[in-house]
Amino acid sequence: MYLTINGESREFTGDPRRTLLDFLRLDCGLTGSKKGCDHGQCGACTVLLNGQRINSCLTLTVMHDGDEVTTIEGIGSPTAPDPLQSAFVRHDGYQCGYCTPGQICSAKAMLDEIGANWASFVTEDLDGEVTLDAQEIRERMSGNLCRCGAYSNIVDAILEVAGAEAGAEAKEGAR
Amino acid sequence: MRPFEYRRAGDTAEAGALVQDRGTFIAGGTNLLDLMKLQVETPDRLVDINRLPLNQIVETDEGGLSIGALVSNSTCAADPRVRRDYPVLARAILAGATAQLRNKATTAGNLCQRTRCYYFYNIDQPCNKREPGTGCGAIGGFNRIHAILGASDQCIATYPGDMAVALSALDAGVQIAAPNGSERNVPLRDFHRLPGDTPEKDNILEPGEVILAVTLPPPAGGTQLYRKVRDRASYAFALVSIAVVLRMQGGSIAEAKLAFGALAHKPWHDPRIDELLTGAKPSTGLFHQAAELLLEGAKGYGANDFKIPLARRTLIAVLREATGLNEGEPA
Repeated sequence: MYLTINGESREFTGDPRRTLLDFLRLDCGLTGSKKGCDHGQCGACTVLLNGQRINSCLTLTVMHDGDEVTTIEGIGSPTAPDPLQSAFVRHDGYQCGYCTPGQICSAKAMLDEIGANWASFVTEDLDGEVTLDAQEIRERMSGNLCRCGAYSNIVDAILEVAGAEAGAEAKEGAR
Repeated sequence: MRPFEYRRAGDTAEAGALVQDRGTFIAGGTNLLDLMKLQVETPDRLVDINRLPLNQIVETDEGGLSIGALVSNSTCAADPRVRRDYPVLARAILAGATAQLRNKATTAGNLCQRTRCYYFYNIDQPCNKREPGTGCGAIGGFNRIHAILGASDQCIATYPGDMAVALSALDAGVQIAAPNGSERNVPLRDFHRLPGDTPEKDNILEPGEVILAVTLPPPAGGTQLYRKVRDRASYAFALVSIAVVLRMQGGSIAEAKLAFGALAHKPWHDPRIDELLTGAKPSTGLFHQAAELLLEGAKGYGANDFKIPLARRTLIAVLREATGLNEGEPA
């Protein structure tokens, strides 16, 4: 069976116990995704599966025949960083950096969820248009722990990117 | 993780047949794989049902919704019909877990998630649910998160979920297929069970049965609230949760349906509370009576004694909010 990882087709023939996280790190050499707790509690292993964020430690590779996975390596590179990566650098959105790939993947998908008007637990009006603020980000990013406690800078970095995206959309709409 | 045979089911009948011999279904896997890594669950065979065509939300002939067993928690909570007509369900789902987990977790898998009792999760400890006959470590042990209602001397674990509490208040149904192809519909309120002498059985599913969908009755309207009290503001299990579906008419409660989470081995529904409230005029006295009914048989085990006053106060607070009663006096 084959999976598409960061646009590249990869064959999987291994043990059915192989989690997607172990496949990415040990078989594909994509060590950007991190193993923190291995139980879906910390979010360090967050990747995008068919565009949605998941904990790659809590799913088996064998279940993903034909699926598309995007890891931090597929989101940006040192020479061509994603706007979120640049914003994390600008705002000091990390200290040790271990949780950062998961934070970035998670934030990337979260911005898409906002675009699709998904509500969260703190959204007042379930029927209205969802707008992103610091409280929404804190709730929506609660699946990504940062034991260095860089949370306030992470929120600032995401807010900046979300604001830039909203500004670009407004410009587009005004044309 | 112990070795297992992996099989992908092509249809519901095959799924039922494959699972019957020490097999376990896997859908989202967010709870099951966690438990398999800890060797709390050790299936010989894993039956992957993710490719079954059970991932749609469709309108029923009765005017309600049928939520397919494999609809993800995220998809269900984001559905415009669910948000408009069953907001308590969207709220309860969004109160649970994280975005990453809700993207994977399914409707049926959420119903079948296991307790988070520390003793159930630790294979070095006695647990009648995990290994019948070994005893209950939580009775006389650490039991802060445990049941105060409907427990037995075999097990005081709680059902941990949020979604099912809302489904209980909404009086949803569970559509189940047997391996021989016959189907049955079970009220959600009867799906989970109390521990009694067989705490290893969380619910009424028989071997080989497959959940097809959860069915919602036509929209009840009114005010719908999900109040969850927990240790953290996000990503924590409930200590007490209450789902309320309540409609006011001319200063009285025209209809009330309440369900309670984290208090028992199942989402707790006491029809006497709904009856007491329906037709009555809201008052603090009335809400105290409702709390008396809820907690009539409540029993604490030491560390969870606090849940009794917490449940009382949460119930009174949420009824005040749902009815708009503001007498300005403390509960």
